[in-house]
Amino acid sequence: MDIVISGLLLGGSYALIAMGLNLQYGVARIMNLANGELLVLGALAAFWVFTTTGMSPLVTLFAVAILGFAGSWAVYRVFLVPLVRRSANQGQLEVDSILATFGMSFFLVGVMVSIHSEYFTYSFLASPVALLGTTVALNRLVAFCFAVLIGGGLYLWLNRTRAGLAVRAVAVSPEAAGLVGINVDRVSALAFAVGGMVTGVAGVLVSTFITLDASVGVIFTMKALIIVIMGGVGDIRGSIIAALILGMVESAVATLIDPGLTLASAYLIFLLILLFRPQGLFGRRAA
Amino acid sequence: MTQSNLLPLVLGVPIVAAAAVLPLLVDGYWLSVAVYVLMYTALSTSWALFSGPTRYIALSTGAFFGVGGYLVGTGMSDYEQSYWTMLVIAPIVATILAALIGLVTLRLSGVYFVIFTLGLAEMIRNLVSWVQNNFLGSRGLYVLTDLTEVHIYWMLLAITAAVFLFGWLLGRSRLGFALRILGNDEQVAQHVGIDTAQAKVILFMTTGFFAALVGAVVAPRYYYIEPNVVFSPELSFLVVIMALLGGIHRLWGPLLGVIPFTLLWEVITIYLPNATTMALGIAFLLIVYFIPHGVVGLAEKFLKRGEA
Repeated sequence: MDIVISGLLLGGSYALIAMGLNLQYGVARIMNLANGELLVLGALAAFWVFTTTGMSPLVTLFAVAILGFAGSWAVYRVFLVPLVRRSANQGQLEVDSILATFGMSFFLVGVMVSIHSEYFTYSFLASPVALLGTTVALNRLVAFCFAVLIGGGLYLWLNRTRAGLAVRAVAVSPEAAGLVGINVDRVSALAFAVGGMVTGVAGVLVSTFITLDASVGVIFTMKALIIVIMGGVGDIRGSIIAALILGMVESAVATLIDPGLTLASAYLIFLLILLFRPQGLFGRRAA
Repeated sequence: MTQSNLLPLVLGVPIVAAAAVLPLLVDGYWLSVAVYVLMYTALSTSWALFSGPTRYIALSTGAFFGVGGYLVGTGMSDYEQSYWTMLVIAPIVATILAALIGLVTLRLSGVYFVIFTLGLAEMIRNLVSWVQNNFLGSRGLYVLTDLTEVHIYWMLLAITAAVFLFGWLLGRSRLGFALRILGNDEQVAQHVGIDTAQAKVILFMTTGFFAALVGAVVAPRYYYIEPNVVFSPELSFLVVIMALLGGIHRLWGPLLGVIPFTLLWEVITIYLPNATTMALGIAFLLIVYFIPHGVVGLAEKFLKRGEA
């Protein structure tokens, strides 16, 4: 039971990260390898604001959301649009965007190391709460609730609004979306920016209960990618379920075997997915 | 066989011979720089042989390099094997590992492969640390040999020459021809009866082999092997960046990237030791945006313009 609860709570944050990445890759067609660094940047902001002013990370969250949105929008417009224009096909864009965002991830790590080269340790809401017969840290529970709220909001936005419909249309087919009068460039930029925003916010939440440092971003990128692939590219619902699965498997491995093996367990899942369901848990096989 | 086809071979022999006498002329600092140049040349040339035609960005060099170095360390310290035995075993293990990874990921689209290799070094490091701590006892792994820097230089030179020879032979073989078709259009390649997955897996195995071999050869330079040191993700990126800088569509392309970048990297690590990661990122971005086809691509463009 402990494992299920703590896995679920962890999975909530993973779901948020993966949703962010899924929007960027599924809609804007940018395989963003700097995703994890953006998350750590959000965490660093929360840590820095908390230790200097004592302001709650839950307030910093809103500032990070706005900055994450604006920053990702600008990055897309300035750095990634030229790549989209330059590439003749999807394969070329994938290679270029992987390399470009890779450079960005290194740059960001470098910047963060120069700001704060040690662990981002701070204590926020670190008190035990009894929940369904087990004890969890309050900060994990709060982070999970926020993740559910944000994830739910995102889900409604995608499924109930006009802008969300346009985003989903571009995810299915940029060409067809263009033909029915959707401004594909704008929607892609929007999806990329929203993805960045969600990732940054997830970083703030994660920083309340996991101690991060500047170089840990790539692990989160890996996990987010594995979740997105497991759930199916462009499938938000799949991402959520996949994230919960990964959260539970990781917490099971961490409790039963060794906390140092969580990445290896994520790899094991990845391997199984690649072998048996490369199209994702809920994806349809490509025609 | 016409004369022009053999030209690279004719040119290559005196170059290798010249490189072989270099340690008699320089020592100390410049010899270690030369070791780095050779190490990166071997790694990025063999990387480009796979990633150039297939356009699959392999980020696994650090993982295979680490497997090479680590196996030498654990073999000598935990199992009392000789350095030379491990030098043979390490690349074989890495080749098998590469085959398994390739069989799983290379049948699918390139993205899966990139993602899989991205965290590979880190994952293997975690696994190895876990095994080390729980089953082998966390003793240090010492690699004590009589080899000096000059010996390592010569061994690396031999490997580098072997990589070039392999690349040259590959260019003339059926497999190389298949890879070129595959690189232009994978569907066409499949339709003319090329087993594309098999071709990719074989090539990927060779990069795993050479990376582990290089890792094993330079292991004595560390003396003390720690998983955190040998499984360095940074190495994978350095190799990619150098190959891209030089140009990945010519066999000798990466060499043109390795030499300036190794020197630049030396300068950066000496004068800006805290900004290496940032510098790596900036270098990456500059190359992707301004010289996407590498130095070779730039040179060829200028030559073409001159002719017109």
